[in-house]
Amino acid sequence: MKMRAFANRNAKEILRDPLNLFFGLGFPLVLILLLSAIQANIPVALFEIQHLTPGITVFGLSFMTLFSATVIAKDRGSSLLQRLYTTPLTPTDFILGYTLPIIPIAIAQCVICYIAAIILGLKITVGILYAIVFIIPVSFLYIALGLLCGSVLTDKQVGGICGALLTNLSAWLSGVWFDLELVGGAFKKIAYAFPFVHAVNMERAVLAGDFADVFPHIWWVLGYSAAAFALAVILFLRQMKKQ
Amino acid sequence: MNAIRIEGLTKRYRDVVAVDELSLCIEEGELFSLLGVNGAGKTTTIKMLSCLTRPTGGDAFLNGKSICKDAAAVKSMIAVSPQETAVAPGLSVRENLELICGVHGFTKEKKNAKIAELTELLGLKSVIKKKAGKLSGGWQRRLSIAMALISEPKILFLDEPTLGLDVLARSDLWDMIRSLKGKATIVLTTHYMEEAEALSDRIAIMKDGRLLICDTTDGIKDVAGTDNFEQAFIRIVKGAAI
Repeated sequence: MKMRAFANRNAKEILRDPLNLFFGLGFPLVLILLLSAIQANIPVALFEIQHLTPGITVFGLSFMTLFSATVIAKDRGSSLLQRLYTTPLTPTDFILGYTLPIIPIAIAQCVICYIAAIILGLKITVGILYAIVFIIPVSFLYIALGLLCGSVLTDKQVGGICGALLTNLSAWLSGVWFDLELVGGAFKKIAYAFPFVHAVNMERAVLAGDFADVFPHIWWVLGYSAAAFALAVILFLRQMKKQ
Repeated sequence: MNAIRIEGLTKRYRDVVAVDELSLCIEEGELFSLLGVNGAGKTTTIKMLSCLTRPTGGDAFLNGKSICKDAAAVKSMIAVSPQETAVAPGLSVRENLELICGVHGFTKEKKNAKIAELTELLGLKSVIKKKAGKLSGGWQRRLSIAMALISEPKILFLDEPTLGLDVLARSDLWDMIRSLKGKATIVLTTHYMEEAEALSDRIAIMKDGRLLICDTTDGIKDVAGTDNFEQAFIRIVKGAAI
């Protein structure tokens, strides 16, 4: 009940910002339409709708990092958190209150991308439903990164780090925009040391119904999610203590 | 009966002593002001009393509960209106009040009754549907204080409640604070002399984290040997008196 009141407030703060709606829900949609149009004129296997859509749904989650980091950083800067720290809300309430409202937004973003993809010719299969379910652990990873950044950065820094750096890092190292096999070498090794390409490969496998190919990618995603979440909790509690 | 008993409360940040061995008592229902120039230790004292900052020495008891050993019990009886406006900007005035009702676990009936009562008390009816972020500084302060009052606190901390407000908004807020007298023990920090003089039952003057004097305005003026409270403050802070 107490946590729900706080979570509702966070959801309202995020959803009432038109920029959030554009980047969170509109931008991934624009990318699907644009890249599908390119694909129609210059066919590239990477941009075929069944390859492109899982990648876009993962890339779109980088905006969830921006949302969660921004709302926390703004709260820290405005003394609202200080007020709430003097209420009966527990540290668990705060962490869940910042995390849970973003999951439905992430799922909604994923669903909208798949609806657009179906309109553009993606075959309707049960794999789409599984892909939407498997996006949940990936969204935890991105939300945890937001919790982590929001706990240590100011809202201006969040704009730079999460809005520019992380979205680019997540894009370059995910294999969504170009084939990592073509680049190869150290770049490929570095990309595979991060979770982004694993999240994309996992989603592609799930959508295709190749569940054997979900492994080992899912371990990378779950491992990084757990580590990012643990670190985020530590940093959030540390800043809470500092207040 | 003492609502607050402070015993040797100390806060050190590395080499800096923000609050140094502060000891005083505040009576139940009293409107008590902490007065001092910037860096006197007023806000740090409030932060320790409201369990936001852990003291490095000493302790304080709010209605008998220790801020060091029983923070949960202390939090359940206090409310804080921080120095900077602490409202959720994207929510309407009503939604801000609902948020605080929610985090205190109020039932729907209690929530509606409390919001109606505070809307009336603080004159928020005309802005109840407006987004908090779009309100003027004075209205945001009113909302901030309403949010602090929602939980029916026994002890209310108002940290620089009129900082940055124009003369009219300040006067309105003074009337509002006066109307709260007797409903709760109020601890107010300010560096406006006239504010402390107009509102307080007793005033503690702090400098460099230390308590210089704690008395009524008349008592402080007597000690300083002047009829002017601002002069009395200056003399005491500069060390010309006591």
